[in-house]
Amino acid sequence: MIKAILIFNNHGKPRLSKFYEHYNEDTEQQIIRETFHLVSKRDENVCNFLEGGMLIGGSDYKLIYRHYATLYFVFCVDSSESELGILDLIQVFVETLDKCFENVCELDLIFHVDKVHNILAEMVMGGMVLETNMNEIITQVDAQNKMEKSEVMCFVTFINQCPCLDICSMQGHCFAFHTASASR
Amino acid sequence: MALKIVKGSIDRMFDKNLQDLVRGIRNHKEDEAKYISTCIDEIKQELKQDNIAVKANAVCKLTYLQMLGYDVSWAAFNIVEVMSSSKFTYKRIGYLAASQCFHESTDVIMLTTNQIRKDLSSPNQYDTGVALTGLSCFVTPDLARDLANDIMTLMSHTKPYIRKKAVLIMYKVFLKYPESLRPAFPRLKEKLEDPDPGVQSAAVNVICELARRNPKNYLSLAPLFFKLMTSSTNNWVLIKIIKLFGALTPLEPRLGKKLIEPLTNLIHSTSAMSLLYECVNTVIAVLISLSSGMPNHSASIQLCVQKLRILIEDSDQNLKYLGLLAMSKILKTHPKSVQSHKDLILQCLDDKDESIRLRALDLLYGMVSKKNLMEIVKKLMLHVDKAEGTTYRDELLTKIIDICSQSNYQYITNFEWYISILVELTRLEGTRHGHLIASQMLDVAIRVRAIRVFAVAQMATLLDNAHLLTGNMQRMGICEVLYAAAWICGEFSEHLENPMQTLEAMLRPKVATLPGHIQAVYVQNAAKLFATVLKNQEGNTDSTAAQETSQLMIDRLPLFVQSANLEVQERASCILQLVKYIQKLQQKDVEVAEEVCALFAGELNPVAPKAQKKVPVPEGLDLDAWINEPPSESESEDEQPKAIFAKEEPKHSRPRHTEVDEKELARRREARKQEQANNPFYIKASPSSQKAYQEAPGVEHIPVVQIDLSVPLKVPDIAVFRPAGLPMSDQYVKLEEERRQKERADKKKKEKKKRKEKRSGRGRKHDSGPESEEDITPAHMVDIVTEEMPENALPSDDDDKDPNDPHKALDIDLDKPLADSEKLPVRAHRAAEAPKSPAEDGEAENAASQEPKKKSSKEKREKKKDKDRDRKKSKEEKKKKKHKHEEKGEDLLGGQADEPVVQSEETNEVAALPTSTSAEVSDLDFWLSNAPVPSNTQEAATVAEAAPVPEAASGTAPDSEPEEPKDTEMEETKSSKHKKKKQKKEKEEKEKKKKKKHHHHHHHSDGGGEESVQNGTVEEEEPLPPMSNYCLLAENSYIKMMMEDADEVYDIQGNLQDGSQVVVSVIFENKCDSFLKSMEFNVLDSLNSKLQRPEGSGPHDGLTVPFQLPPGVSNEARFVFTVQSIVMPQKLKGTLTFIVKNEDSSTHEKLDFKLHFTCTSYLITTPCYSDAFAKLLESGDLKCSSVRLEGVIMPFHHLLARICFHHHFSVVERIDSCASMYSRSIQGHHVCLLVKTSGQTVSIDAKCDEPTLLGNVLDEIKQTFSQC
Repeated sequence: MIKAILIFNNHGKPRLSKFYEHYNEDTEQQIIRETFHLVSKRDENVCNFLEGGMLIGGSDYKLIYRHYATLYFVFCVDSSESELGILDLIQVFVETLDKCFENVCELDLIFHVDKVHNILAEMVMGGMVLETNMNEIITQVDAQNKMEKSEVMCFVTFINQCPCLDICSMQGHCFAFHTASASR
Repeated sequence: MALKIVKGSIDRMFDKNLQDLVRGIRNHKEDEAKYISTCIDEIKQELKQDNIAVKANAVCKLTYLQMLGYDVSWAAFNIVEVMSSSKFTYKRIGYLAASQCFHESTDVIMLTTNQIRKDLSSPNQYDTGVALTGLSCFVTPDLARDLANDIMTLMSHTKPYIRKKAVLIMYKVFLKYPESLRPAFPRLKEKLEDPDPGVQSAAVNVICELARRNPKNYLSLAPLFFKLMTSSTNNWVLIKIIKLFGALTPLEPRLGKKLIEPLTNLIHSTSAMSLLYECVNTVIAVLISLSSGMPNHSASIQLCVQKLRILIEDSDQNLKYLGLLAMSKILKTHPKSVQSHKDLILQCLDDKDESIRLRALDLLYGMVSKKNLMEIVKKLMLHVDKAEGTTYRDELLTKIIDICSQSNYQYITNFEWYISILVELTRLEGTRHGHLIASQMLDVAIRVRAIRVFAVAQMATLLDNAHLLTGNMQRMGICEVLYAAAWICGEFSEHLENPMQTLEAMLRPKVATLPGHIQAVYVQNAAKLFATVLKNQEGNTDSTAAQETSQLMIDRLPLFVQSANLEVQERASCILQLVKYIQKLQQKDVEVAEEVCALFAGELNPVAPKAQKKVPVPEGLDLDAWINEPPSESESEDEQPKAIFAKEEPKHSRPRHTEVDEKELARRREARKQEQANNPFYIKASPSSQKAYQEAPGVEHIPVVQIDLSVPLKVPDIAVFRPAGLPMSDQYVKLEEERRQKERADKKKKEKKKRKEKRSGRGRKHDSGPESEEDITPAHMVDIVTEEMPENALPSDDDDKDPNDPHKALDIDLDKPLADSEKLPVRAHRAAEAPKSPAEDGEAENAASQEPKKKSSKEKREKKKDKDRDRKKSKEEKKKKKHKHEEKGEDLLGGQADEPVVQSEETNEVAALPTSTSAEVSDLDFWLSNAPVPSNTQEAATVAEAAPVPEAASGTAPDSEPEEPKDTEMEETKSSKHKKKKQKKEKEEKEKKKKKKHHHHHHHSDGGGEESVQNGTVEEEEPLPPMSNYCLLAENSYIKMMMEDADEVYDIQGNLQDGSQVVVSVIFENKCDSFLKSMEFNVLDSLNSKLQRPEGSGPHDGLTVPFQLPPGVSNEARFVFTVQSIVMPQKLKGTLTFIVKNEDSSTHEKLDFKLHFTCTSYLITTPCYSDAFAKLLESGDLKCSSVRLEGVIMPFHHLLARICFHHHFSVVERIDSCASMYSRSIQGHHVCLLVKTSGQTVSIDAKCDEPTLLGNVLDEIKQTFSQC
């Protein structure tokens, strides 16, 4: 089981938090802070597993994370998940984001956290891995987006204002992928 | 007014959306909180508007704010509003918000039930998907109960996208509503073989998650998972399954044996590191579970360790980490194989990565020996000094203590060294583990008598230097050790060199700054010290010194009397008064020391953890019983005096009870002591420990063990707390080294002497060589005091389970057939809701009848197994006899000799009551006992899974050729025989298999000849139990033939693989006292149906029944028929001829019978998805027919169950009092039914591509219901 999925940047600002177990908002923030604290002080080339989060987990739980450019992707999982498997899953997640946002960068996550949630919902559901095949995930996400668009066409709303004209110019911070491990 | 509206909508146009909000927050970095609070106000305004788009936008923003830590639960109702929008866009926003902030105590959740149900059944798959995703995050017990049935229906949805989500969410439903597990499990199991890999993976995921918590309930799925493992190529699924096996093997070692080979293959073949790693992990689990060795046991270990070494040596830190992790698992059972990689692990201790260092530390635990403990700890102490972060340092500290204290300080040869290590550890700043060090000090000082002198000296120094420990607030954690120091100095004060000095140290004013509980110990132990000091001083006949001591106490104690801590205060004032009294006595020159010492006489022994819990409840004591009469509700005022009287009664009777108990206890105590004395494994407590309390005051009688004088007892400068040069422990390492060398030298000398005496030069091999473990003698004769346990302690290990574990509720036996009462609740209007409405029942049936075949066969099997189980015992005896028999020669099989015995046994068996045993487990046994060859397993798995053993074997065994029906039969009997044999004698496994193969082969080649004889033996060992639901075929005074009742089970089993084959099982029962042999079964073939005869025999020849029947015995034979057309029911005439053999004569007899093939028997239960069903009906190829049944007085679901059961249909869909059902004939005809009920009338509309078949089937259904 996955207990929580957190994305935050190099300064500990949360970009996405998904808890599959209920905590109140304060605890959630504390967990994010603590996790950031644990993860951020680690060197670049140490292993991606980490034990000993105080607030979340306990002895059975591990933090498995990856660091891409400005963002940390952290999964808190218990012993029923394969460590290397989750690392792959993070890779799939990021690659999917990359496909969906076309060269994803931190700003995409900042402004479209709802979309990131929707993508994540196609991969992990209720703490269990739902789909690991990137093409399948993208197909479903696209189909839903298409549906949304068709609804938006009928009902004039302000949701479809193109929000990020200014963002496109800022896409300097694209992620560099560590694709070496993708083959695993 | 109008203007206002216009203004409102214009405002709306300028409402912020999520992106604006984010941008705004980023632009207000310095007053973020203020900005957000204005945003929240805006959102509140937006939520008040009627426009759903505005609301959705507001909720979307709230979701973002929730992530930033703002409580948005106040908007819960608005979120529900957005969820219920008909637009997918808004619905998705609503569900996302709900999944982020709803939880069990959100009260609006109960409003969502109907909305979610509506979304679940939405025609748009993404509405359903979004609802499922949301629900997975906030499902509550109520939602789970109300929606379980809807979700279960979705598990058979046409779209795999929905199916996989529905399957996955079931786990959450199970957690919240455990009652749903059993009704839903069959379908979940079905999904393991779903054509869509995503659904399959989801099902594997859920079952693995369930099985992880309660593995024993899922053992019966092992064959299925094994099949998946050998067939699947999806690494995710494989990893899950392999992990699951890791959880199952500890419960079933045979499973492990079966797994080793495929896992080893995977290890060799896979390129995916994640899979490799999990395989290694599971192999390790297997090896751990196999207590006794198997032939290539060590090879597997070697392979694992080898692979792990590769991982650890990899440059990828992740692999290194995992390698170490797995290594630590091997360590527990096979420390030797890990120890050879000590170099590698020590190297990892220096890794820059903390996670890796921690893992390496774990491994160290198993690497230590008497020889290298000091060296390793020295290295760790260096790390402690270097470690920068406190967490890692604390971890090191606990590891050092763990390593040293493991298995009762087994590896410590020099406790002085250990105490000095502990003292050195107290220098750590800011550690959280002061109490851990303290408890170690206490433990060692109490349990190792010989060390007390040394420990007391060290502790006194600690107390003297207490200011160093309490210097700054950061070190508060470590001051816990003062607790231990004070206690040790007090309790063992007789060993103190200068008790007076210590006493003064303990009464310093600074002590008052320590935490209360430590002060309390100080005060109490100051009193103990005082007693010792008094004693010493009175011996000196110098009364002034003693009085000075008392005065010191009286001066210092008032400080503690004023303490805010109650404990300190109480102790201090007690002791103060005591000392004042003593002072008075002293002034009168009374000798008081003796009496004061008596206050603290007696030794405190360590008590085992959980000792309290293990005190058995004495006989006659019922803890649940009321001590007083329970206050009765009807109690009236005037009765009260009486009640008081009654209350007193038990008081009078109680002392008597305890008296009896004490006697009983004493008796038991004696018995226990006796037992312990005789038990070589019981470590006896020192003889003094018990009596010390009653007999001698003081501790002189305790046999303090002589300290080995080869150790220089000069403590290296203990007065200086921090020696400038080497830390103390290092000096001990040196000393220890010297000691060992000296010892070795001594030993050599002795050996030399011996050799000289003997003058034979053979002793070479003992020479020099590395020191072995046993050679190192501990520096002290270590006498470890065992922990005390209460008298008659109960050995129990069940006290570590967490009663609040939500998974405990899911510990449910899944193999039991479903009871009628177990069903998922179905939506019903409250007004109409009866405690057990028929509709609900029906729904459950609906669920269950998805697999009527499996279920019914399971039941049948269970009955069989019950009997089997009962027979086993008698059979074992019988078998022994029979074996003798066989040895004597086969002609003895005519068997008059043992006849009576056999007969009586057989009757016993028949009479035996069925016990409840699990059929699945027996099948598992069968599967496990099979050869671990992957190619076989598929077949075996099906055998174990799908149907009763014999039938499945004939149905699936690829090599049961139609030309040789007897061969099929042979296979079956053999395999079932095999199965039972295995259960008893696993060792014979291989032999048997050879035998089996041999037989098999033999029959293929010449299929006749001595066959009957061999079959005879087979029969003798394995008579199949008679089935109660067989219908009578024919009977005479000699023999009874029963055919399995067509209406109950599958007597005539259609064979899917061969479209026109039908297998008939017939039970022959010998009713007379004579031996029946040479039975021949013959049927008059019709044009349509023919009995399959062995090759080369004519069309009218009979088939030899492959067994003989001793009196009272019954056995089952199966015959294969080929059928041309299946549209009509058939009746075949047949004859059975046999020889009745008595002691003196033999006669030839025959019996005529009629075989009845109903059309139903050609149908095979085939599950069908509703979409496929709809397509089928639309196709227009099917002919229609219908039938009406009047006066059927049974609930609808019973009716459905009956049709499913007797006529091999499965329910496709059921809506209220209407259901669609499906079945397929062995020749591929589709039969679809639409069953409707109103009142007592049931109408069945049916469609089939073969009208004649349909007509006949309907007739048979009609007949079934007319019978009841």
